[in-house]
Amino acid sequence: MALLVDKYRPRSLEALTFHENLSERLRSLAQSGDFPHLLVYGPSGAGKKTRVVATLRELYGPGVEKIKIDSRVFQTTSNRKLEFNIVASVYHLEITPSDVGNFDRVVVQDLLKEVAQTQQVDQSARQRFKVVVINEADHLTRDAQAALRRTMEKYSPNLRLILLANSTANIIAPIRSRTLLVRVAAPTEADICKVLKRVGNAENFSESEALNQRIASDSGRNLRRALLMFEAVHAQNEKVSERTPVPPPDWEALIAQIADEIMAEHSPARILQVRAKLYDLLSHCIPATTILKTLTWKLIPKIDDALKADVIKWSAFYEHRLRLGSVRNRYYHCRSSS
Amino acid sequence: MASFFDNKARAAAAAAANGGSSAKAAALPKEKGNLQPWVEKYRPKTLNDVTAQDHTITVLQRTLQTSNLPHMLFYGPPGTGKTSTILALAKELYGPEMFKSRVLELNASDERGISIVREKVKDFARMQLSNPPLHYRDKHPCPPYKIVILDEADSMTQDAQSALRRTMETYSKITRFCLICNYVTRIIDPLASRCSKFRFKSLDQMNAKRRLEEIAELEAVKLETGVVNALIKCSEGDLRKAITFLQSAARLAGAIKAPVDGQSKKRKLVEDDDRNAMEIDEADHTTVTVSSIEEIAGVIPNNLIKDLVKAMQPKVRGVVYNVVSKVVTDAVADGWSASQLIIQLYQQIIYNDAIPDKQKSKIVIIFSEVDKRLVDGADEHLMILDLALRVSGVLAEN
Repeated sequence: MALLVDKYRPRSLEALTFHENLSERLRSLAQSGDFPHLLVYGPSGAGKKTRVVATLRELYGPGVEKIKIDSRVFQTTSNRKLEFNIVASVYHLEITPSDVGNFDRVVVQDLLKEVAQTQQVDQSARQRFKVVVINEADHLTRDAQAALRRTMEKYSPNLRLILLANSTANIIAPIRSRTLLVRVAAPTEADICKVLKRVGNAENFSESEALNQRIASDSGRNLRRALLMFEAVHAQNEKVSERTPVPPPDWEALIAQIADEIMAEHSPARILQVRAKLYDLLSHCIPATTILKTLTWKLIPKIDDALKADVIKWSAFYEHRLRLGSVRNRYYHCRSSS
Repeated sequence: MASFFDNKARAAAAAAANGGSSAKAAALPKEKGNLQPWVEKYRPKTLNDVTAQDHTITVLQRTLQTSNLPHMLFYGPPGTGKTSTILALAKELYGPEMFKSRVLELNASDERGISIVREKVKDFARMQLSNPPLHYRDKHPCPPYKIVILDEADSMTQDAQSALRRTMETYSKITRFCLICNYVTRIIDPLASRCSKFRFKSLDQMNAKRRLEEIAELEAVKLETGVVNALIKCSEGDLRKAITFLQSAARLAGAIKAPVDGQSKKRKLVEDDDRNAMEIDEADHTTVTVSSIEEIAGVIPNNLIKDLVKAMQPKVRGVVYNVVSKVVTDAVADGWSASQLIIQLYQQIIYNDAIPDKQKSKIVIIFSEVDKRLVDGADEHLMILDLALRVSGVLAEN
């Protein structure tokens, strides 16, 4: 059985529920026959990918949904072999170059050129160009982005790019100036409630308006998360009422516990305990950034108003350190002592 | 033999037919032009067309006459016409037929490691000159050297750059190099000292405005008053960005122009705030509005910035946190780009005369620090929140 998230994923632009304005805009772009390069950005769970797939469908018709997964081998200049997965249909390719880390430049150069230099095979296709969707474009290295620049202009008769990113901060200016920026905002809580209600009706779940509302606010305006929570609640309880607890993921529960412990006592022994728990989380492959962020949000309501700004300051500081790849745990020492 | 002539005749006929069809295509410039980004379509064809880089152009014009060209290094912010200038120059020098054999263009999308510099570039540089066909020289000067254009040279590795050094000198008799980059500091000194440098300054308002209006006129795009100014403001002197924005906006407006039956009503509702929607339906032309430009450019609405600034004003401290965090959370969830937010917030605060200079300088330090962190890829939400809280802390200092 598919997850609710996949089962009720809208397949066409008409079926998309929120941001009608945006869907309309995408549709008119797709129909105009003159489709620009796109850079779609927005927070996760806002429906970027869904929207892009729907746009592709609008461009090429249902043929886009027949996808296959290719595995390709690329060779770097230093003769290292890279294996790389490509999701492809007849009309489009979907790649996640950040999979290969620092070698993404090779992939981008080779693959895009190869795609761009051949014409659309299918004569009956609606568009002359092919589309390459690049996931996680904000994780592309500078080199790879630089490699994109000229390719985008030179091969524009045969190739359109759709870049998906969480933020535009890491995308270099030349790319931004070559693409049409499409901002996908997160759904509002009311939007999420509407979706939950619709899905609930379709699945014949017993309904509770207040519960939906609570899920929506807990999800942080992330529709995917809201749907997963919604499914979890209904899977665990036959009948739901407004007081049914929404089970948080266990790592979140653990972080909440850590936050409590930090607040309860400031002693070296406690620091050791907290440290053990944090290592536990890390060894379960929870990204350090996520831990840090969640912990910050859990701590904030518990502390003095005067300290809040400081806490944010330090968590921002260490978040940055994390990105640069330094050791993690120092942070909590400061926290405990504050 | 007869068939041979026949073939030729057929070819001629085909060419004639082609000519006819291209003439037809010219009659429908919209159909054809649509397939090409305007940035490419309106790339200047001759040096005289290049907008606003007067100094550089006069120098290059002179070289056109004397047929002597130094190695060149073009640098400047994106969208100021560096690539366009050198391409236009090469075209004027060699004309369409010799262009292929005399010019090698390499950019970051080509592999440009040290091996390429050693082989491809060197081979090209070493190659003897081909002779131009008879009478070709009447139209184009065809000076006795080739040009190697290294676009986006700042993304070349140090090694590759140093491999160029000797190549540039050895073959300088028959080959000239033109390096193009955004940051001149990334070009190693030995290379920079071998070139004459040309700085491309970002376009001033007048020139950019003229060019944009020209393009709009050629494309038959109607502009609302103030659109050009909005374009220039959003693009910050980057003409390519401005043209891309203009084209995108025109596309959006143009696409709405042709409604599908039955859905036109809905579409009009959607575009209700766009006062010109009705007009678009009737007229053949399309109107681009200021708001559509701002939407495309990802400019954050002023209200949001004002809210944030208001939230940051010093109060009892705890209150500041709650208000600020609410505004920031909303902004992040709406998907506004953090860097854009920072830029706009920065402008809002720096031009505020009510803040004393000493505080401003402290605030600027915070801004730069957060900007660096964002460039490193730190989490946007935390960073903006941190920025806002620290700035409000500084504001509360007096």
